[in-house]
Amino acid sequence: MKEILELLEHNSRLTTSELASMLQKSEYEIEKDIATLEREKIILSYGALINWEKFGEDVVTAVIEINLTPQREVGFDAIAERIFRFDEVRTVYLMSGNFDLLVIIEGKSLKDIANFVAKRLAPIEGITQTRSHFMLKAYKKDGIIIEDNEKDRRLVVTP
Amino acid sequence: MSWQDKLSDSVKSVAPSGIRKFFDIAAQMKDVISLGVGEPDFVTPWPIRESCVYGLERGYTSYTANRGTLELRQEIANHYAEQYDLHYDVNTEILVTVGVSEALDLALRAVVNPGEEVLIPEPCYVSYQAGTILANGIPVSVPAKIENEFRITPEELEPFVTPKTKAILIGYPNNPTGAIMERDDLIKIAEFAEAHDLVVISDEIYGDLTYGTIHECFAAMPKMKDRTILLNGFSKAYAMTGWRIGYALGNPDFIAAMTKIHQYTILCAPITAQIAAVEALRRGEKYMKKMVSDYDRRRRLIHDGLKTLGLKTFEPRGAFYIFPDISSTGLTSEQFAEKLIVEEHVALVPGSAFGKSGAGHVRCSYATSVDKISEALNRIEHFLKNHKA
Repeated sequence: MKEILELLEHNSRLTTSELASMLQKSEYEIEKDIATLEREKIILSYGALINWEKFGEDVVTAVIEINLTPQREVGFDAIAERIFRFDEVRTVYLMSGNFDLLVIIEGKSLKDIANFVAKRLAPIEGITQTRSHFMLKAYKKDGIIIEDNEKDRRLVVTP
Repeated sequence: MSWQDKLSDSVKSVAPSGIRKFFDIAAQMKDVISLGVGEPDFVTPWPIRESCVYGLERGYTSYTANRGTLELRQEIANHYAEQYDLHYDVNTEILVTVGVSEALDLALRAVVNPGEEVLIPEPCYVSYQAGTILANGIPVSVPAKIENEFRITPEELEPFVTPKTKAILIGYPNNPTGAIMERDDLIKIAEFAEAHDLVVISDEIYGDLTYGTIHECFAAMPKMKDRTILLNGFSKAYAMTGWRIGYALGNPDFIAAMTKIHQYTILCAPITAQIAAVEALRRGEKYMKKMVSDYDRRRRLIHDGLKTLGLKTFEPRGAFYIFPDISSTGLTSEQFAEKLIVEEHVALVPGSAFGKSGAGHVRCSYATSVDKISEALNRIEHFLKNHKA
């Protein structure tokens, strides 16, 4: 099962028959394994990593450090949920160190994000401080180098 | 008078490479999928590249000892001690070369006298015969059979032995067939070499690329360490083809003789590549293992694919080649390769480029992405439908 995950994580477009060949299993077994992994929420989704900027979309990304006052019984989880339910919020991590939550937000413009932080995020009860950082350039995301100019430089036929 | 007349007989007697033609055709096309490349599709792992850059920054730009830096020889010695329990002396039994290509040339020139014969199981890498001729030796091709998964046996070699036979040159895992030799197979070759007092040159450049089995080093066979000139390098396992770095291991007499030629013709392997090679041996293993597991999955994909298309083939267990029999199409291997690239834009190499016994086969390299392998299989399927014998 681990091998299926490794292969799909890298390329979720692999067909059942390709996976079956590569892992020396029957297509039936592959489909059964994938169904199990999906049911158990080990496979969460099959997305593509897209360079939106290259496509011509304006995307502004902000990384926001948030300090919280933990709440009785639920700690940080309840506030985290109030934050991650927003569509604008792409990523939420609980962190050790100088701040508690690291939140990544995407919007169409700086104003968009500033509005969201000021009107939706900062007023949430329990948030004591937010620090926003706007992202200038992405070099690598989820293990993929965004503009990789390492091409296949091999000759077409070699001995 | 033609300048041709001024050329040496040995150079003239070497046939031009059978690969060039396909290269020229492919160069004019845009959407070629190449299964014709004899090198990894990976770029050298970053830490290895970075070590070389750092070396340059610190000013490592000089010659090194003829035999290679002590540091690299030590790493090579450690590697063979750990992996195969083979103990080579760093000062007398190791020579760092400009790829296995140079090591092969040195080995042949060091041991072969004019007119002496070298047994070469075929199909084999294109340099074996040419290298022997250029060393003024006589290559004696011994065909291996697909029924035997292209392994070679003493029974097949025996009829080709003459009083002039000096050496046997083997390359397993094999380019172009993907064949391997297991321990029992190698022991028989060892006994054969012993019986006829032959030098064994063993090209093990694909030794780290085996699937579902562990590579057996020929020099580790009983009594073979001193009789064997073992050739290996970094090109395939660490995706370092362009660095041109390899080595030869053997008894002090053989290595001293090879070093003599090396010091007058090459002086030393590039220091940049030697620095990178040290890093490859120290910290490259995990990257190598990752590449091997990628090759393994592609190997299964292409093997299943070709089988489904009805081409007779055997499951290769080493290197990154598969060598299907295409004679069912009624085409020769050259015709097949040429028509396939012209009609379907898929490049591969006719088996005949690797010796007569490669005829009727083509070499497909699976050192390319899964998407490309799948697309190439689709195109080959289309091709086979149009060329039913």
